[in-house]
Amino acid sequence: MRTMATVAPRMTRPSLRRSRSNRVIAGVAGGVAQHLGIDPLVVRVAFVGLTFAAGFGLVVYLLLWLLARVEPVDAAPETARRRLPRPTMRQVLGGILVVAGIGLLLWFTGFWFGEIMAWPVMLAAIGFAVLWARSGEEGSGRSIFGSRPLEAVLATRGSWTRLAIGAALILAGMAVFLAANTSLAAAGNMLLAVFVTLGGAALLAGPWIWRMGRELVEERNSRIRSEAHAEMAAHLHDSVLQTLALIQRSGTPREMVSLARTQERDLRAWLYGRAPALTGMRLRDAIDAMAGKIERSEQVSIEAVVVGDTELDPGLRALLAACGEATLNAARHSGVTDISVYVEVEPERVSAFVRDHGSGFDPAAVSDDRRGIADSIIGRMDRYGGSAEITSRPGGGPGGGTEVAIHLPRRAVREAAGVKQAS
Amino acid sequence: MSVRVFVVDDHEIFRSGVRWELGRDLEIVGDAGTVEDAVTGIASAEPDVVLLDVHMPGGGGRAVIDAVHGEQPEVRFLALSVSDAAEDVIGVIRAGARGYVTKSISAHELAAAVRRIHDGDAVFSPRLAGFVLDAFGGDAPQPLDPDLDLLTTREREVLRYIARGYTYKEVAHQLHIAVKTVETHVSAVLRKLQLSNRYELTRWATDRRLV
Repeated sequence: MRTMATVAPRMTRPSLRRSRSNRVIAGVAGGVAQHLGIDPLVVRVAFVGLTFAAGFGLVVYLLLWLLARVEPVDAAPETARRRLPRPTMRQVLGGILVVAGIGLLLWFTGFWFGEIMAWPVMLAAIGFAVLWARSGEEGSGRSIFGSRPLEAVLATRGSWTRLAIGAALILAGMAVFLAANTSLAAAGNMLLAVFVTLGGAALLAGPWIWRMGRELVEERNSRIRSEAHAEMAAHLHDSVLQTLALIQRSGTPREMVSLARTQERDLRAWLYGRAPALTGMRLRDAIDAMAGKIERSEQVSIEAVVVGDTELDPGLRALLAACGEATLNAARHSGVTDISVYVEVEPERVSAFVRDHGSGFDPAAVSDDRRGIADSIIGRMDRYGGSAEITSRPGGGPGGGTEVAIHLPRRAVREAAGVKQAS
Repeated sequence: MSVRVFVVDDHEIFRSGVRWELGRDLEIVGDAGTVEDAVTGIASAEPDVVLLDVHMPGGGGRAVIDAVHGEQPEVRFLALSVSDAAEDVIGVIRAGARGYVTKSISAHELAAAVRRIHDGDAVFSPRLAGFVLDAFGGDAPQPLDPDLDLLTTREREVLRYIARGYTYKEVAHQLHIAVKTVETHVSAVLRKLQLSNRYELTRWATDRRLV
């Protein structure tokens, strides 16, 4: 039923083409309106009105749908163009088939009410199709609407019209159906009323529910994607970006080469899934190694105190990395050369504190492109069910400075709470 | 009245550095590079506070404390070390030193620590606080004397802040107590550290004597 778009010669009066930009079902009414130069709403009302006249409007509509070609792509103004992709057609067909199926079911179960029922059923079918097409279009695009389907359906221009038409058609179908069946047996009546109400509600809400389900799936997928992305960003910040910063500061080519080589090794190990050299290390040694490394590279003195000890696990490795990042920040930005790192292993959780008596800063004033705090510390701990908070008082000297406090529940506690362990 | 200080360290350069740095605020009455020199020097100079290196040939700082303590109980010791080993530090504290700082301490802080020791208080560096929390952490199988073998919640809180790098003044501010109260808590912890029979502490002390 879809025709290839062809470039038509310009005419003073546009030929009858199905509109791409102005469409509810197939763009027939929009095309007719464009052809005649009148408001599409008038045409639509006319179609609906004629449909009540023994279905004439519907027949005309379907004929035009079959006969008229879709207008060429470039004829529609860029801003108004809104393509309804193939799924819409399928969904309309699907809707009709569903209704037909219900009809057959009714027939087989002895609830077939004769010819007179065809119209209400068809009305409901068209109403359903309108709503279905609508949500299909929303769902096929971006999922920025979150999990509020009602808002999503109503968010776009013209959707109120669709909603009203679809709902009106379904309600009309239900009304005609009920009115025509008052003569049915009293026992069947009650059942029928219940069934009709439920059926109508399903027709109205079905697409939204379906859409909501799909949005949930999509939202979960995108969350997984963004977590993976954040993990990667944090790692790259700690490794490659730090090294690049060091290379810029390093004086001799020899230093540069050695930095580049170390970084290459590290990145390779990370990319191809080889665990870093921390396996088998315990927390105390790992913290000491981290402090030693920063002491050497940044020329500061770090008082690292560890109380208790435990095996490293992915969560603790994240804590270690966040702690290292906080220490590095203190070494580079505090303006002082003495930094305290305190890590305590308690039965329920592990806490780490990185404290300096330096210049301090306003955490709220840190610009978004500085990923260190957001990704490497807070985001990283978040992903492992922990937390991090930063207290800083500008000014320096006694009482001033910065402290980063990091907390992580112990593995058993995390597992009990259902926090994932994968790194 | 200025505080009379005696410096014991086997590194000549370190001694002269401390002499020069502390000499402006405090009175340096002598120094020594060996245990024997230290014992005789302290006996004749009669200092208020001895800055004592933990690691020295001939028995280390502990030997100096053991030798001096009986004769001159009024002399107070501040242990000074680069050592990270808990047993060394705890050993010196249990022998009688009233504080422990690492050699990376600034001259200003070192002078303040010496004064604090002279005033009869204890000096806990972050590292010492960490060691104590470690040693008193967990539950002792059977505390022989709960007053000595366990830390109170408040003492634990104070030590935690010190381990995190807070000064006494900052700890006082955080806990809404007076600086004097912080010093009282720390002194109480020092007393427990020296007198407690906790298994871990005893073992550390024993290990130290065996070395």
